[in-house]
Amino acid sequence: MGCIENLAYEKILPLGASFRECREYVEKNFAEFWYVDPGYKLFDEYIIGLPPIALGIDGSKIVFPYTKPCHGTYLLAVEDADEAARVRKTARKKK
Amino acid sequence: MTDHTEKPVPAIALLVLGCPEVPVQQALVLNIAHNFRKRGTAVHAAGNPAVLNLLKVSDPEKRYLPETQVLEKCIEEIVEKKRDAKLCIVFAHSDAGITYAATMRHLLPETRLVVIIFGKDPEPLAALIDFPCEKIVEKAVHNPMQLRKKINEVFGWAA
Repeated sequence: MGCIENLAYEKILPLGASFRECREYVEKNFAEFWYVDPGYKLFDEYIIGLPPIALGIDGSKIVFPYTKPCHGTYLLAVEDADEAARVRKTARKKK
Repeated sequence: MTDHTEKPVPAIALLVLGCPEVPVQQALVLNIAHNFRKRGTAVHAAGNPAVLNLLKVSDPEKRYLPETQVLEKCIEEIVEKKRDAKLCIVFAHSDAGITYAATMRHLLPETRLVVIIFGKDPEPLAALIDFPCEKIVEKAVHNPMQLRKKINEVFGWAA
């Protein structure tokens, strides 16, 4: 299991965003977005959330929600071309 | 009319705990663990390090909660099919708690899922739940008594 804190991430939406806000933000602000279900592995972490979970991609940057019990949900962006390519292969386009 | 009959006893109950900032959670977790264990159900609790440390201090001999685990590890084990539960109880007093409950619903589709929604304003949170589960909703921050009563009713435990 990895730790999200070890990644060089950019916060797109601050902590305390609701899960639905994160999904809507991705759908409205990214031309390319994909859907996955809870338990999808991203950056060696199992992603949680209300299915379907929207992941945005901008070039090699992946935008994804991350929930911590005390802080709520953040929307994070991490640059990783290999992981972006993997998402394109394994995620789905339809909700 | 409330059904007070004792329900069938599951082998393992998984308790998924929220952030410990609302005091009733701690008391209710230990109370629920006590009620299950005396009926022969093993209890496994998963939470963040802060909530697990609070429980460790409250239950130094692990009489109530012998098995605890960091939430991320618990989710990893469920996804990898190394952990299962016939009953999962999620404590939710924030959007994050509902997110964890939705995740458990998806990962454990056959499991009885009970979501305890509490805190200062639980009704809007309860309205976010659009997946199948049993909801126990009660405004509760410092006083656990009314919520405990509702929990006892759901599981058929005499007060």
